[in-house]
Amino acid sequence: MADHAAHDHAHEAHGEHTHHPDYVKIWGVLLVLLVISVAGPFLEIQVITLITAFGIAIVKAYLVVKNFMHINVAAKLVTYLVLTMLLFMLLFFAGTAPDVMESHGSNWEKPDWIAGTAHPPAAGHEESH
Amino acid sequence: MSAASSRPIATGRSAAGMPTGRLAVWWIIASEIVIFGGLLGSYIMHRLAHDAFAEQAAHTNTWIGAFNTFVLLTSSLSAVLAHKAADHGDGKKAARFLYYTMGGGLVFLVVKAFEWTTEIQAGYTLASNTFWSFYYTAAGIHAAHVLAGVIIMGFVAHTAKRQLEMQRVELIGLYWHFVDVVWIFLFPLLYIAK
Amino acid sequence: MVVKHADHAHEHGDHHAEQGWVSKYLFSTDHKIICFQYMFTGMALAIVAGFFSYVFRMQMAFPGVPVPGWGLVTPADYNMLVTNHGAIMIFWVAMPVLIAAFGNYLIPLMIGADDMVFPKINRLSYQIFLLSVVVLFISFFVDGGGFAGAWTMYPPLMAKAEYSLTGTGSSVFLLAIALEFVAFLLGGINFVTTAMNARAPGMKLYDIPIVVWMIVIASILFMASVGPLIAGAVMMLFDQQLGTAFFDPNRGGDPILWQHLFWFFGHPEVYVVLLPAIGITAEIITVFSRKKLFAYKTVLNTAIGTGILSFTVWAHHQFIAGIDPRMANIFTITTLIISIPIAEMMFVYIATLYGGSITLNTPMLWALGFIGTFLIGGVTGIFLGASGADIYLHDTYFVLAHFHYTFFPIAIIGTYAGLTYWFPKMFGKEMNDTLGKIHFWGTFIAFNCIFIPLFFTGMLGDHRRIFDYTNFPELTTPMLENLRAFATISLVVMLGFQLVFFYNFVTSLLWGKKADVNPWRANTLEWTTASPPPHGNWAELPTVYRGPYEYSVPGRKDDFWPQDAKS
Repeated sequence: MADHAAHDHAHEAHGEHTHHPDYVKIWGVLLVLLVISVAGPFLEIQVITLITAFGIAIVKAYLVVKNFMHINVAAKLVTYLVLTMLLFMLLFFAGTAPDVMESHGSNWEKPDWIAGTAHPPAAGHEESH
Repeated sequence: MSAASSRPIATGRSAAGMPTGRLAVWWIIASEIVIFGGLLGSYIMHRLAHDAFAEQAAHTNTWIGAFNTFVLLTSSLSAVLAHKAADHGDGKKAARFLYYTMGGGLVFLVVKAFEWTTEIQAGYTLASNTFWSFYYTAAGIHAAHVLAGVIIMGFVAHTAKRQLEMQRVELIGLYWHFVDVVWIFLFPLLYIAK
Repeated sequence: MVVKHADHAHEHGDHHAEQGWVSKYLFSTDHKIICFQYMFTGMALAIVAGFFSYVFRMQMAFPGVPVPGWGLVTPADYNMLVTNHGAIMIFWVAMPVLIAAFGNYLIPLMIGADDMVFPKINRLSYQIFLLSVVVLFISFFVDGGGFAGAWTMYPPLMAKAEYSLTGTGSSVFLLAIALEFVAFLLGGINFVTTAMNARAPGMKLYDIPIVVWMIVIASILFMASVGPLIAGAVMMLFDQQLGTAFFDPNRGGDPILWQHLFWFFGHPEVYVVLLPAIGITAEIITVFSRKKLFAYKTVLNTAIGTGILSFTVWAHHQFIAGIDPRMANIFTITTLIISIPIAEMMFVYIATLYGGSITLNTPMLWALGFIGTFLIGGVTGIFLGASGADIYLHDTYFVLAHFHYTFFPIAIIGTYAGLTYWFPKMFGKEMNDTLGKIHFWGTFIAFNCIFIPLFFTGMLGDHRRIFDYTNFPELTTPMLENLRAFATISLVVMLGFQLVFFYNFVTSLLWGKKADVNPWRANTLEWTTASPPPHGNWAELPTVYRGPYEYSVPGRKDDFWPQDAKS
């Protein structure tokens, strides 16, 4: 009760939420995208598979973050925060991948990489789909 | 009400222009992004470098993965509808939608349990090879987050039903959407890219 | 407004009049008590880790001679001592004291709030932290003993029990670290949210005291960098216990992946602990030179810039691990660049002191000591940042001396600076300044006597983590042996001087002169309430009218101008 003044503040921020978009429609779009991403590999063209799988993942994620998480209504800070974390992850990848993805150096090699196979599952098992 | 009066005045302030709870949840999400980012980044490095991974990934069940994606997306819908209800002051409706969301989470976990059981019985265990190690670890950490979300959501729903602490409905929803987004990326990484 | 606040305080008072000793001190949600919990836990662990350093340095200076208080140091003992000295000092001393303790105490008080915004989560974070301490101690007593593979936990030593010989200890150690990370993630959320949201009316971003900014930025750095290591820790735990091969090169894994996951966190981590110490120094030098901070915004922007840059330098810890040499070039450049903002901060501090009316009391001595010794640490880091020089210097005592010239100012000097400065506020008593100065000079001189020789022994070839140099004839020359013995004796002297501090601390606490509300005549908000502050900090929360460093403002009668004074 003593925080009524502060609650007004919170209310202003909440007031923005009266603009609730049509969540069911967005959900419908997400499902359509899901179907496309599952169907993509059936065409067996690698580029299309990549686009439908990851391109659509990015679009789906954007739709959820924008419409369900209301990131554009929260302070700009939040958008910058999320983008910065993603940037750090790119940085981590850029600094680590040259080593982890390298299968041999001038004085060493990773034998299992070059062989190209890790241990296959025990023989005699069938995959159940 | 007594809960609110024992809360410090500090909690009610919002000099940054955002309610404290929402600010805190976004910080939590930020720190979780780098946890999953580190794990998935490591997975992607291995995946890009070795065709053997793609060959192993062919053994994951895309249909189950897609079904689980559908379940999580739908549970995100019910989570945000819960938020809308809480925003309009309807605690009982918000709680109901939260229960649907929890149901979705539980369905997800049960389906995953069956999926893993099948895969383990087929010989694809955590230690089979590096692809499967990543598969179980990444999906496992994600599943732990789903479970934690379901549990916390239960507490929030229970309180919201009595028209108390309604702002928490949005907050647990934010966390839930994040868990959904992580799965949105896990699905193509582990199931599709063959 | 006034009436409401008084009502609120009244409610508070009523609630807490009923608290017994246990709920008031052991299960408190009051940020000040939680500060003390973290602080005393951290200080207790500092004694443990300090004792470890005494034991292994005695072994190195006098190999094969049983060490008083321990006995004969076996190679396994030595490795365990060295490993845990490092891990404890970083994770269970520097972090809890500098971030959790000072952060908990200072943030609400300096921004004019009655507590943290999430007091129960605050309490939970300490409880998880305490659990991590218990788990760490358990690791010493399990079968095989405590983990002994260096605080950096590189695989395959860490991952395979047949190499580490501490199969259980390795996993328990990892668990302790994981719990500590969770505790600090929870705490960090509290700090950042409180500082962002719960500021007093009128306190704009640039009116926030620098130490609060620094602790907040440090918390953000921690939250942003620890993620990959948490992922890596899970992967390592699975390698240890579940037969996975994330880091096993024979089965498709890569040990270098662990190194990257670790150091991606490990490097920002050193800035996580540095920034609070730099912040404490800023508060002290402004008060005791009666001068405005020379360039507030510069210091702030530099801290943020350093934080961001700290994510781009990590592989300088891996220059000779077999990483791609082209990456080594890039990391050399970024590492050399990051020395610039820190140097700039030091220059700003020197400019702040210049022309000031300096009081050389104990806190000021510690703050000046920080600047001097950290400069040496930073400068010697430049040698190591150049990958060419690092080829020779890596894994020598040069590295060790470098990082002790950074960590010691941060964790020890910074802590003593903060403790001696805020002691009157925290405990309502004054510390004895003469004893404080004796403690300072004894510690400061002895510290330099420990580590300057180690720069030289390092350059002359002393490798790190060697249990007995008599196995290396070329390192068993009289000069090197004398230098090592001199360093060790200096360590014993330095540890002895800490008794002066403990004596001062306890006697001041019990029988010291009662402290005023504002004995240092400082501006920041914590000095406007009682010493020690009551529960809720103020009966009426303050409003802020100006920045924190308005000292010696021309035309005013007093040479300080509190932030909440209306005129």
